[in-house]
Amino acid sequence: MRERVNSGPGRVLIVVYGIFALSASARAAVQIGTKFSEAPAAYLLSALAAAIYLVATVALVRGGPGGRRLALICCSIELAGVLAVGTASLASSSAFPDDTVWSGFGKGYGFVPLVLPILGLYWLRRTARNSGAGAARNVDDLAGHE
Amino acid sequence: MNDTLGVVVIVAALAVAAWCAIAAARNRPPDLSHVIGVAVVELAALVLTVVAVVAMIGGERPGEPGTFVGYLITFLGLPPVAVGLARMEPTRWGSVILTVACLVMPVLVVRLQQLWEATGA
Repeated sequence: MRERVNSGPGRVLIVVYGIFALSASARAAVQIGTKFSEAPAAYLLSALAAAIYLVATVALVRGGPGGRRLALICCSIELAGVLAVGTASLASSSAFPDDTVWSGFGKGYGFVPLVLPILGLYWLRRTARNSGAGAARNVDDLAGHE
Repeated sequence: MNDTLGVVVIVAALAVAAWCAIAAARNRPPDLSHVIGVAVVELAALVLTVVAVVAMIGGERPGEPGTFVGYLITFLGLPPVAVGLARMEPTRWGSVILTVACLVMPVLVVRLQQLWEATGA
């Protein structure tokens, strides 16, 4: 069966991304609105993470080649971000005086921020194999794909 | 904030999450029993919200009222949104959506309680 990026497991991803988009934006808004001067870098990072979750959610909902490409970019930035910020927050906690979604590899959010982009990338890859014209459909093609 | 009500929501949400996870494991879409389960969680969440709002009108204040109200809105909105999305996905993944939503509810209860206790009220 042909799987589309925005149905089946994709819809579960959309739900989780949606929850993160909402909570990360709200958190960033509160941080920037009430205590921006305390840790501007960390709060700007929160806002960046929130924006990426929002765009990823929209991209996954839209689906299609454009949505897929956008989602791929977002998931890649997210994975890079959570790894970079996670490492940096462990290395020097003074650089991140207040928590962001990605601090400690997303420890404050049950490590979901670390797992989510990996699941997203996996799902995009899996649906890429059987979507669109001329996509790999059989085992031989799958073996040679990418 | 009322701790007993918080426990009721957490227990109900975890029970319904398990019920929906069983459906997902059996490759079944959610049926009426799952929707009723989520409705029960929503009802418990609604009671908790009313009690919290009454306490706030009575003069008690959580540490960050704006954040607290934001969490309350998410808390009330999540179950209906999850049911709506699950209906669009009448496969096992619809059951997974309800499971995820029911697993997030206890997290929201804990956050609401933390925010409430930040005042020492």
